[in-house]
Amino acid sequence: MRLLEYQAKELFKEFGIRIPPSLASKDIEQGRKDAKELGFPFVIKIQVPVGGRGKAGGIQECHNEDEFELKYPQVLGLTIKGEKARAILLEKMAEIKKELYLSLFLNRGKRCYTIIASADGGVEIESVKSQIIREVGLGKVEEDVARDVAKEMNLEGKSADDLVEILQKLSKLTIEKETELVEINPLVVLDDDSLMALDGKVITDDNSNFRHEELQKYQERSEIKKRAEKSGFSLVELDGNIAVVGNGAGLVMSTLDMLSDNGGKPACFLDVGGGATPESVYEALTLISKMNKVKGILVNLYGGIVKTTTVAKAFVKAYEKNLIDLPVFARLEGAESEKSKAMLKDTKTKMFDTVEEAINAAVLGIKK
Amino acid sequence: MTYIFDLLRGKPEDSDYKKKPVIVQGMTGKFGSVHTKSMIEYGTNIAAGVVPGKGGQKFEGVPIFETVKEAVDSTGAKISILFVPAKFFLDATKEALDAGIKLLVAIPEHVPIRDTLQLLELTKKNNAIMIGPNTPGVMIPELIKIGIMPASPFKAGNIAVLSKSGTLLYEISDALSEGGFGQAITLGIGGDPINGTRLIDAFDMIKDIPDLAGMVIVGEIGGDAEEVLAQRIIDSNFKKPVVAYIAGRTAPKEKRMGHAGAIVYGNYGSAESKVLMFNKANIPVAKRPIEVPILLAGKLEQSGD
Repeated sequence: MRLLEYQAKELFKEFGIRIPPSLASKDIEQGRKDAKELGFPFVIKIQVPVGGRGKAGGIQECHNEDEFELKYPQVLGLTIKGEKARAILLEKMAEIKKELYLSLFLNRGKRCYTIIASADGGVEIESVKSQIIREVGLGKVEEDVARDVAKEMNLEGKSADDLVEILQKLSKLTIEKETELVEINPLVVLDDDSLMALDGKVITDDNSNFRHEELQKYQERSEIKKRAEKSGFSLVELDGNIAVVGNGAGLVMSTLDMLSDNGGKPACFLDVGGGATPESVYEALTLISKMNKVKGILVNLYGGIVKTTTVAKAFVKAYEKNLIDLPVFARLEGAESEKSKAMLKDTKTKMFDTVEEAINAAVLGIKK
Repeated sequence: MTYIFDLLRGKPEDSDYKKKPVIVQGMTGKFGSVHTKSMIEYGTNIAAGVVPGKGGQKFEGVPIFETVKEAVDSTGAKISILFVPAKFFLDATKEALDAGIKLLVAIPEHVPIRDTLQLLELTKKNNAIMIGPNTPGVMIPELIKIGIMPASPFKAGNIAVLSKSGTLLYEISDALSEGGFGQAITLGIGGDPINGTRLIDAFDMIKDIPDLAGMVIVGEIGGDAEEVLAQRIIDSNFKKPVVAYIAGRTAPKEKRMGHAGAIVYGNYGSAESKVLMFNKANIPVAKRPIEVPILLAGKLEQSGD
């Protein structure tokens, strides 16, 4: 899961990584109290799980009450890359001498954790030429490695000592919380040469959630996501009007691509999962039926582990119970597909031999 | 390195040539039982099961043992397929490696990354191979099936198919079989961020097998396995026809699309990046699964086969 900045900073604090004084709020009443406690001036920072906040106006300086009353609601009302504000962080400004970059991330290609550091921070790391890269196996950073990184960043004295300490604390956080990424950008050098984390990004491994009860308070899931997870299918909501249902993440992605190529707009990605049952697929259809934007359903199944009849049974039940009244365009291939076709013969489901035909019919049928 | 074929098929002088014994860890569970039957039906030599608490019993006539060690001692198996819950995955695989297993086919989904990384260090130490986790498995069509794939899409032949996705592996293999392209081996690397056998590792294991006519790569968004493979294909001067397919071109960024590994950050993991590298390696990328055999036929014609 991706933590918001203020949540990442809570973890930083817990692991002894210095952050500026800051307070998070969800509404202006709490915000006013926070402002009083913190004292002007400060920065108002939108809390969204995406980057590019500054450019979108989500980070504003605030010097007095008038500015606060104007800017707090403004920032809280922003939508950045489709994400609404989850909270607002008020944070004291710091006197900055220099901005650095530091991260420890799971390197998928090399199959190990990797440090990336740079003496040029505050910008997207991809655009930085002078990256310092060190592979560190399962994430443990020894002092000599950290010292080496500090040296290559041209840090000296107090700054170098602080970097060594922060890097080792990041390493501890990475291992204990099972993160995929911990990033501090910028990590700033203050007037007294000490270092402080001005921003924070943490992504943890969802598959390790079962042994991190303490992180569950950061888990943010819509009702739909929760129900999907419980029933063992995966659902990603999209902007269009045709719900795409299939078995296997790759097959459903492939169906989304083909639908988009042919002018259709997917409303969701729904992989019924390897353990699908008629009940879980029925639950999936229930969720789809509640999405107002959905005007039709495209089904692409390649029966194997999950037999096509599993899905067909759910559809039959959905028709019986009047759960769905939408046009359904289906391509059923593989295990028990003939049986499924027979089951759905007298329903509103239209059958097609190829996914191509099903897609074209869906695009045409739903535009009408 | 064709080590994987030695494990899966063996050498003609082996007494168990073409019927290598396979152990199933978690044989009697919901998935384990279904797929044990299906593998036996396919002709795979399922020699033993391991289910703690059920040692001494039998399933489909196959003896069940308490520990992997007992199962290995009794059958001489070097291959184990695992159907254990993600929570117990690390312990189960450690036990298998300790008992001398050399090929682990790891079916479970939702294995924590840290456990996979730890296991990788152990497989290296033991000179073993792990396929997965979150893999549909590996098969030499019409000879051996170790996994959860249905039998019908696959036919014996000379094309290798490497895939991140399970159902797309079936779909594309089916299209290949229909088009007259049987498969020498099909291998699912799995949909997780960290794979025991990466595309590049699978390529290295397979590229030198005799009679290989071509290769199909079924990729998807997330990570850079496809890019790294394309570079390896260029560097190794691999001359046989390769065709690719990439799923997820139109998926939104920073959203996990079903597979733990299928997520794009910026340009990292994007379909554009993968297609670009494949183009550089002179590998055509199909826009839809059904185009794969057509592109492959074109490539084979070009190469004069």
